[in-house]
Amino acid sequence: MKKSTTNLLKSYEYVLILIIIIALMCIIQPSEGYAAMVITKKNLLEMVYVIPPVFILLGLLDVWVPKETMMKYMGKNSRVKGIVLAFMLGSCAAGPLYVSFPIAVTLLKKRASFFNVFVFIGAWSTTKVPMFLFETSSMGWKFSILRLILSVIGILIIAKALDITTDNIDKEKIFNYVESEV
Amino acid sequence: MVFYGIAGTLLLISASKDKKKTKMALKKAWKSLQNMLPQLLAILLLIGIILAILDKEVIAEFLGASSGGIGLCIAAIIGSITLIPGFAAFPLAASLLENGAGYGQIAMFISTLMMVGVATLPLEITCFGKKTAIKRNIFAFVFSIIAALIVGGIL
Repeated sequence: MKKSTTNLLKSYEYVLILIIIIALMCIIQPSEGYAAMVITKKNLLEMVYVIPPVFILLGLLDVWVPKETMMKYMGKNSRVKGIVLAFMLGSCAAGPLYVSFPIAVTLLKKRASFFNVFVFIGAWSTTKVPMFLFETSSMGWKFSILRLILSVIGILIIAKALDITTDNIDKEKIFNYVESEV
Repeated sequence: MVFYGIAGTLLLISASKDKKKTKMALKKAWKSLQNMLPQLLAILLLIGIILAILDKEVIAEFLGASSGGIGLCIAAIIGSITLIPGFAAFPLAASLLENGAGYGQIAMFISTLMMVGVATLPLEITCFGKKTAIKRNIFAFVFSIIAALIVGGIL
């Protein structure tokens, strides 16, 4: 009981510090402190409209899309199917980009193709479904769709560029490395 | 409200197919929300403080549509270095936009934020080797510039 309270306090450490800062602002510079509260409240309300359903979608995607099945379909000869799956796998995932690196290593270990793995990383970074929904709600449809289209093109080009500029010896090195090390 | 509709519908479909899995999905949703909530709230408070201190003129000057190349550079540097989760970055980007930032500058900020990771480069290198990791970040950076110019040009 006591331990969970300290854990809770620790994870909300920054929240508490920031609340104290706003409180101090209210004392020292009332107009700015008040403005900070108003802006925070407005943004908080906007979050309430989006956050809960987005997290439910995340949970559903997580449960219904098995990792292992997808790995099989992302090898060198998977062609369009592999690219589509790489996009789906990356787009359905949750978490910051660096979480995708270990997963990408696992994919490489299972001999998913170099190209597909970097499509996956690209998708993870920018075309995530929950993230996209969130982007539309804060940035508007026009901005988000334009960025989505550019991202898809960019991801494919980046993956292809990485695929082409890495010669087979280097690729083999990476494959061997992930097999032995990770 | 659209999101509540989509999530609700999918949840019902999921529940009709497999109650146990649906329960697990909700559990996972709750857990990731719990994990992210402190970060999220902290960022919201931080946005509130930053925007209360910085006024529109300052933001418009540094990241405004007329800030041009320098504004794009500032956005790119901030985006490449900082590690803000997208959930927190979009509200920040939206409020910057409301306060006079340019579309191109914001696109630059978001794209570099998502694709370029200076802080996580060491981790990336241990995963893919130095060459590949650095190349990926450079390509992503170049892409961000192009995307920002296009978004800024169209919107």
